[in-house]
Amino acid sequence: MTRLAPCWQAACVAAVAVLIAGVASGADIPLEQRRSGYADLGRDTKAMQDDDTANPATLWVLDGEALWNRKAGGTSCADCHGDAAASMKGVGTRYPLFNEALKKPIDLEQRINLCRTEKEKAPPFAFESRELLALTAFIGRQSRGLPIAAADEKLKPAIEQGRKLFTQRMGQIDMSCAQCHDDNWGKHLASSLVPQGHPTGYPIYRLEWQGLGSLQRRLRNCMIGMRAEPFDYGAPEAVALEAFLMWRARGLTIETPGVRP
Amino acid sequence: MARPLINVPAKVKRGEPFEIKTLISHIMETGFRFTTTGQRIPRDIITYFSCSYNGEEVFSADLYPAVSANPFLTFYTTATDSGTLEFKWIGDNGFSESATVPVTVE
Repeated sequence: MTRLAPCWQAACVAAVAVLIAGVASGADIPLEQRRSGYADLGRDTKAMQDDDTANPATLWVLDGEALWNRKAGGTSCADCHGDAAASMKGVGTRYPLFNEALKKPIDLEQRINLCRTEKEKAPPFAFESRELLALTAFIGRQSRGLPIAAADEKLKPAIEQGRKLFTQRMGQIDMSCAQCHDDNWGKHLASSLVPQGHPTGYPIYRLEWQGLGSLQRRLRNCMIGMRAEPFDYGAPEAVALEAFLMWRARGLTIETPGVRP
Repeated sequence: MARPLINVPAKVKRGEPFEIKTLISHIMETGFRFTTTGQRIPRDIITYFSCSYNGEEVFSADLYPAVSANPFLTFYTTATDSGTLEFKWIGDNGFSESATVPVTVE
């Protein structure tokens, strides 16, 4: 027995080493291996996203188009920005962006509300309200097919903060975003496939939600699953995480509005 | 904001089947759910859908609480003459929505 002991110890040490290596690789996904969650969808869900008349998110896009032209506080979006197909093309590939006046990064939803309060002198829309989702989906739709833009220099601190949050263990389950979406994508969590987690289609129509939802809602969803306290809507941490995710997905194609299970 | 979305080919061949796709915005609240304070959320669903062509019914459906939000219904029909497709959705709390789409037969 005593002669066997060193052998067992060595085996244990090796097993622990493999475990640590498996859990804490923490490396970014190689650029050429990145893919949108669309690639992992079932045939029916793909068909649903591809056909505008079958994609339920189109209902929001059409509402957004109506809101774009509707006057609020005396002005409409169209009064300043004109035809969204031209003026909003590519906007969805750039946000979150650094806002000079506020000295902090803001996401597209916050930009829309900033326009509403400052330019239109109208009350802001609530986060996840039908109106805000509709306008975000309509503006995002104008960038469909375009690659996600490389981040601005000024966004670097936010991206770094986002990366920290992404790799930091949190909640009662003591997990980080990276453990699923960097280290174990393509495998299964129960019956669900773990995607890489690229924000290519937001706001998305999620079949589980039976409705449209923002990237922040999706992030809160994951955090609740990790039994962590979710970031508030519009919190700097949430925007930083969005900025990091967009940087991480740079170059991938915008599909807004996407459909996901 | 409950306008329906309908997709019908602009031109169809006489007597040949063509696909009609309809999508409408509706919450389809089942009536089986409760609020956090234990109160039942009343049922609010679309209960009936029909499609007629030049006044003649070509498709109809009864909808029940198991149907998901924003019902998407798709079906086929044929046409021998140009005319108008009329769509009607009826539901709880006096919900009523209708739409018409012209069809050209060649």
